[in-house]
Amino acid sequence: MARYIFQRIGYMAVTLLIIITITFFLMQLLPGTPFNNPEKLTDQQLELLNEKYGLDRPLIFQYFTYVGNLLKGDLGTSFQFSGRSVTEIIFERIGPSALIGGQAVFFGAIVGFFLGIISALRHNTIFDYGSVTIAVLGMSIPSFVFGALLQYYIGVKWGILPAALWKSYEYSILPSIALSVMVIATVARFIRSEMLEVLGQDYVVTARAKGISEFVVITFHVVRNALIPVITVLGPLAVSIMTGTLVIEKIFAVPGLGEQFTLSILVNDYSVILGITLFYSALFILIVFVVDILYGIIDPRISLGGGKRDAA
Amino acid sequence: MGETILSVKDLHVSFQTYNGIVKAVRGVSFDLKEGETLAIVGESGSGKSVTAKAVMQLLPKETTRVEKGSILYQDEDLLTFHRKEMQKVRGREISMVFQDPMTSLNPTMKIGKQIMEGLRKHHQLSKKEAYDRAKELLELVGISNADARMKAYPHQFSGGMRQRVVIAMALACHPRVLIADEPTTALDVTIQAQILDLMKEIQEKTNTSIIIITHDLGVVANMADRVAVMYAGEIVETGTLEEMFYEPRHPYTWGLLQSMPQLHQNRDIPLMPIPGSPPDVSSLHDGCPFAPRCPYVMSVCHSHLPDYTQISETHTVTCWLEDHRAPEVERPYRPDSGYRGKSTTVGG
Amino acid sequence: MRHNPSEITDDLFVPSPMEESKKEEITSPPESFWKEAWNRLLKNKGAFFSLIMILIITLLAIFGPMLNPYEYDEQNLDRSNLPPLIPGLEWLGFNGEDTNGVNVYEQREISDPAWFGTDEFGRDLWTRVWKGTQISLFIGLMAALLDLLIGVIYGGVSAYYGGRVDDVMQRIIEILIGIPNLILIILFILILEPGITSIILAMIITGWVNMARIVRGQVLQLKGQEFILASRTLGASHRRLIGRHLLPNVLGPVIVTVMFTIPTAIFFEAFLSFIGLGLQPPLASLGTLIESGYQEMRFFPYKLIFPAIVISLIMICFNVLGDGLRDAFDPKMRK
Repeated sequence: MARYIFQRIGYMAVTLLIIITITFFLMQLLPGTPFNNPEKLTDQQLELLNEKYGLDRPLIFQYFTYVGNLLKGDLGTSFQFSGRSVTEIIFERIGPSALIGGQAVFFGAIVGFFLGIISALRHNTIFDYGSVTIAVLGMSIPSFVFGALLQYYIGVKWGILPAALWKSYEYSILPSIALSVMVIATVARFIRSEMLEVLGQDYVVTARAKGISEFVVITFHVVRNALIPVITVLGPLAVSIMTGTLVIEKIFAVPGLGEQFTLSILVNDYSVILGITLFYSALFILIVFVVDILYGIIDPRISLGGGKRDAA
Repeated sequence: MGETILSVKDLHVSFQTYNGIVKAVRGVSFDLKEGETLAIVGESGSGKSVTAKAVMQLLPKETTRVEKGSILYQDEDLLTFHRKEMQKVRGREISMVFQDPMTSLNPTMKIGKQIMEGLRKHHQLSKKEAYDRAKELLELVGISNADARMKAYPHQFSGGMRQRVVIAMALACHPRVLIADEPTTALDVTIQAQILDLMKEIQEKTNTSIIIITHDLGVVANMADRVAVMYAGEIVETGTLEEMFYEPRHPYTWGLLQSMPQLHQNRDIPLMPIPGSPPDVSSLHDGCPFAPRCPYVMSVCHSHLPDYTQISETHTVTCWLEDHRAPEVERPYRPDSGYRGKSTTVGG
Repeated sequence: MRHNPSEITDDLFVPSPMEESKKEEITSPPESFWKEAWNRLLKNKGAFFSLIMILIITLLAIFGPMLNPYEYDEQNLDRSNLPPLIPGLEWLGFNGEDTNGVNVYEQREISDPAWFGTDEFGRDLWTRVWKGTQISLFIGLMAALLDLLIGVIYGGVSAYYGGRVDDVMQRIIEILIGIPNLILIILFILILEPGITSIILAMIITGWVNMARIVRGQVLQLKGQEFILASRTLGASHRRLIGRHLLPNVLGPVIVTVMFTIPTAIFFEAFLSFIGLGLQPPLASLGTLIESGYQEMRFFPYKLIFPAIVISLIMICFNVLGDGLRDAFDPKMRK
């Protein structure tokens, strides 16, 4: 177990280092980063940067300074907001993103869970076709299309919920729903196929042969076994939530990380773009790591490090 | 032997498949008496398992239909039972042991809990009582160190041990009937004998009736009091163990017995496999389903199903050769010094 | 009695063995893998409908822009912001009225209808939507093909050589899988100027990994399978082994993966355009059209609706078709 965790941490570190290296060299290439295009900066700014990054030193030295700064949590300074630190901006903006992302996962997982279960238990009935259709639509319709339509009809035309901005809790509802569509679709599809798989297993027949009630069979033998693999979708879900926040926050003017990201792209504020990129990458890598460990703890068949001992 | 406890009459079961409707069981009838062991023998796809699952009503509802017939357990038709009533029968009155112990236990639930489930449901035992009883059962089926084993997961057991656990689960509530669907097929030969002995031993102690489904004539010879031979969803011949091994009447039964090696047999005499392969039950014609493979086939066999012929009080066969108009054929099967306890496999 | 006794005449009781040829007829003839898969696909109404829909959309993407006289980048301020109007289809909403119910065509005395309306520069949206579909489909298709090429080579080499080579190649893949593809795509677009080529390149930077894994997995699995061993023992030549056994079995999952790659690429293109990293005007893709349509959604909803419908349809159809193909190719379904 310990060995496995260390190995995974090793992979995590290597992956992160690669991403950091890529971003560093990108900094070298892109116009408007501290390493490039100094004529746009004031002398005072230049001097500050020189002092901080050692721009007159060799490249390799700059690289280690950059990595060292990152490890200290220093993601550089924004150019748009004259010298504010990127870390500060991220912390300022993470709240709204976390709120709508969390709500979307929570709501989406519950709805997807029930859709998937109903779908599998009523396989090949109207219920099944209904939830499969919902799942396919959710998977297929791009989040920005759905978000825009939601905003137009519910926000603007019918005026049921606030269409944009961020003033009170109600403002978080529409963006959360728009984000959750992907979660619903992913979870529902996954649970449905896992349930169908488990329902066909011999041990379900064994359980029924014991004469225990159908409710117990479904809850403790089918759903429980079907749910274990579902945590593996958390990784892909994290990505789709991050992807989603970039566009959904833009549409609903939510002052979160995603909106900051799109704003920074418009004004070429590369240090913020790269900072948020690094932050998202680290978050994703961490989630995948946690999911891996969790899976090993929850599924008794897996002895971490040894893989699955049993195909059953 | 005691009273008839289970009686299946003219059972018809059909499946809905991708390629249309398949009549998997077509008019199966048999009786099971208290304390006796009935073996249902046949090749893969002959409808043995479907018959067994139909008795337990464990066939998937969406794709299967019991078209016709009745399943009388102590004079009550199980087919008319509601879901809740049937749950009371399963595990408590009739239990089942499945073919593959590797897949018939829930991989993420502790062994102890899986055994206790049925106990708590049928006998309303407290957790403590159920735990003690489950431990007793594990010891009964020959699993030592039961206390520790209760907390183990299935993957920590070997195949033979798992089958013992499955048997312990099936016996938990003292069922009157135990249906064992190829209980030893997935096991090593040495383990097979142990499991069969275990079942016999338990039967003696509890007077349980057993239906054993198998394609292994060795298992039949070892376990059965009576035998029913199934082919393409029908029982073609049924009789006592002695009748089936010494006076078989159906060409298919002859084929089964001929394809089995015998210890005392002259090795120069070749084994006689049954030519051809089992029919596709989705495309059966009107006549006897064995006709295409039967060496004694007559014109009538292609067009008409034969009737049941009562050979003795216990021995029934469905074959046109029993008709008085049929030509006399030489029975190829002459029992030699007798058959006991050797293992071979038909079909697969 | 299972039959009428009078039917059973004495002359029926003569030996009548079946002829060998007739015995064979009893079992249904085996169909080829592809034919069976195709038949299963045809039975899947959703997948079949999606296939037809994709064909129609593709045809419209190619020929749609030619159906009216306007060019996709032709500006004409006299015709700016015209609502959609299709004579004969007024009842469907193609009535030339704006959000206030005013018939703009009558008001501005314009006779030539714009089927999907026009944008603020008077560019014809019918032409632009199909031109944009063309570009989106092209990006999706190219990305999928390049993924396929790299993935098949990488996965094939990895599985074929095995051992150390495989080990190293798999470690590389494991690390690449750890990097969220969205991040890589955005970073690469930042270096390369936004454009069709750079979007395709960014897409395949990570896209091929998935394909490589699938190809490798399939090949490895098949290499060890008994039927391959069996045909080898029977003396099947290398070419026959690859042609008859490996290819059909690998091709199924590969086709399915391609079917899912295309909509993913189309989605990412639209996504990048939406956050401002996509194609630049006057070029049109579904993403840029949705982006600019979204800006004016309140007053000219039609500018958003048409490209949104087309992209959603494309995504739905490819996903349903991909699901259908996966079911059709799954040998477990064979009975």
